[in-house]
Amino acid sequence: MEPGKQTCRTPQKRKWWKDFDLYLMLCPMMLLILVFSYKPLTSLVIAFKDYSPYKGIWESEWVGLEYFYEFFHSAFAWRTIRNTVTISLSMLIFGFPAPIILALLLNEIKNAKFRKLVQTVSYIPHFISLVVVCSMVTSFLSPTSGIVNAVLKSLGFEPVYFLSKPELFVPIYVIVNIWQTIGYNSIVYIAALTSIPDDLYEAAKVDGANRLQQALHITLPGLLPTIMVMLLVQLGSILDVGYEMIILLYNPSIYETADVINTYVYRSGILEGRYDYATAIGLLNSVISFILVILANKVSKKITETSLW
Amino acid sequence: MRMKRKEKKINGSKLFDGFNYCLMAVILLCTLYPFYYTLIASVSNGSDVIRGNVIFWPIGVTLEAYKRIPSIANFFLSYGNTIFYTVFGAGISVIVMSMGAYALSRTRLKGRRVFGFLISLTLWFKAGIIPIYLNMDSLNLLDTRIGILLGFACNAFYIIIMRTYFEGIPVELEEVARLDGLGNFGIFTKIMVPLSKPMFATIALYCAVNRWNGYFWSMILLKDIKKAPLQVLLKKIIVENQMMSALDSSAGFDFTRETLVYAIIVVSIIPIILVYPFVQKYFVKGLTVGAVKG
Repeated sequence: MEPGKQTCRTPQKRKWWKDFDLYLMLCPMMLLILVFSYKPLTSLVIAFKDYSPYKGIWESEWVGLEYFYEFFHSAFAWRTIRNTVTISLSMLIFGFPAPIILALLLNEIKNAKFRKLVQTVSYIPHFISLVVVCSMVTSFLSPTSGIVNAVLKSLGFEPVYFLSKPELFVPIYVIVNIWQTIGYNSIVYIAALTSIPDDLYEAAKVDGANRLQQALHITLPGLLPTIMVMLLVQLGSILDVGYEMIILLYNPSIYETADVINTYVYRSGILEGRYDYATAIGLLNSVISFILVILANKVSKKITETSLW
Repeated sequence: MRMKRKEKKINGSKLFDGFNYCLMAVILLCTLYPFYYTLIASVSNGSDVIRGNVIFWPIGVTLEAYKRIPSIANFFLSYGNTIFYTVFGAGISVIVMSMGAYALSRTRLKGRRVFGFLISLTLWFKAGIIPIYLNMDSLNLLDTRIGILLGFACNAFYIIIMRTYFEGIPVELEEVARLDGLGNFGIFTKIMVPLSKPMFATIALYCAVNRWNGYFWSMILLKDIKKAPLQVLLKKIIVENQMMSALDSSAGFDFTRETLVYAIIVVSIIPIILVYPFVQKYFVKGLTVGAVKG
């Protein structure tokens, strides 16, 4: 066996120029990543410049931290930061545990066919486009023609303008999000569940543990590493709320609770053409997110020895 | 006493089972009903839909809404665009990423740690909306199909999944192929690709679904509606529809307009729903491969 292993190692130690085709294969991918993921980073400097499309990124004049100053002295700063954090925390509290609970409950379903059916069906919404999902939401909730209000009216209630009520936006966002992602996000946990050895359950049964005790003392600890990794990912993207969905659902009458940092970046940058100002706010968002990922990772490493890298 | 407790426990367990089955049935219903409602509303009489009579089955069955779809400007063009972006987008992504991921999976590759780090970093540090827009502008790729295809072809997460998969293929196979006189590229196409078919299917499907559903960047980068995919047109139609029906309420009401939205939704998700049962096992496989961690 040993000599065999030796010959297998040899190709890994060849002269590097003999593998030039290997480097060629790597080229297109690295090129695309450099051009489309790293090159955009250079335009971040306009966050500190008075960007003029005619002068270009490098010739435009420096303005220092003016845009950050402007942002923090505008009414938008407090509103967008507050909404971003509110929506993220709501998702963390309600959206994060939902797929874990689904996975645990599915695990208790003994009928394999029914379990498979629920699983398969619950993934579907993940593969439906946001535009379609949001169109369904706006159509269903429409005050004039939506089914929800039609049912409310037939029950004798006044119609509710769901998407014009600031206080209803966060619940609607969270519910739609859970609806769309619960099944798909549960896959990771279901996969982790299957890797828990059966003899642990056998042993527990011999010791007289009931199903709840088995779930609490075997299943949940078995899931913990997966839960921690997913939690880390979520914590890192806490400022990265689903602006694509919000853009499709919100309207000026609910900006008060629906406008987040990234939707504001989109409006002021793409719609109003203030590229420099919007870049500055986007940069602020990315930097804080990046710091949050690193912090969350550090904390997790200390406490549970689980980390993303 | 002991017998009694045991009996109680069994009852509690049964009670929980019953509750659990009911809950799962509710989840099934909640997931499927919006789709079912969209379908029955699309073939129902508009005025019944608005009055909320349509709940369990279609009322006043009519295909009026579907008949109106061809008259929507650019509808078939944008459907064709979506198919174009889906097929070529997924094709380019899979070819570029699989070759790169294979190269990265060979431990003898110089600088693979640096390359790997550069790729992973894009997961955490993104340039943001405006820099990506300006970058496309500076490359003269605004409003071009090629910009949409190339600009979003690579995905760090998928690259890591592919690399992990290739790393799992025994290195002995490579050595045998090399003795047969194959070069790196030949080994990749003749040995590695056939061995990784399920993984390729999974990644291709993910890329295809992302392309089929993608709207945000197409909306921002494509000014010309003739190049836009279906999702962008869909959003435009729905926004216009809402404005029109707001205007409508004063004048005569166009009932079919209300069901038209549902018909468009049905037409746009039919391909996904049709292929879903056949490909869903690959979707799951892909995510669990990724969960093994790269």
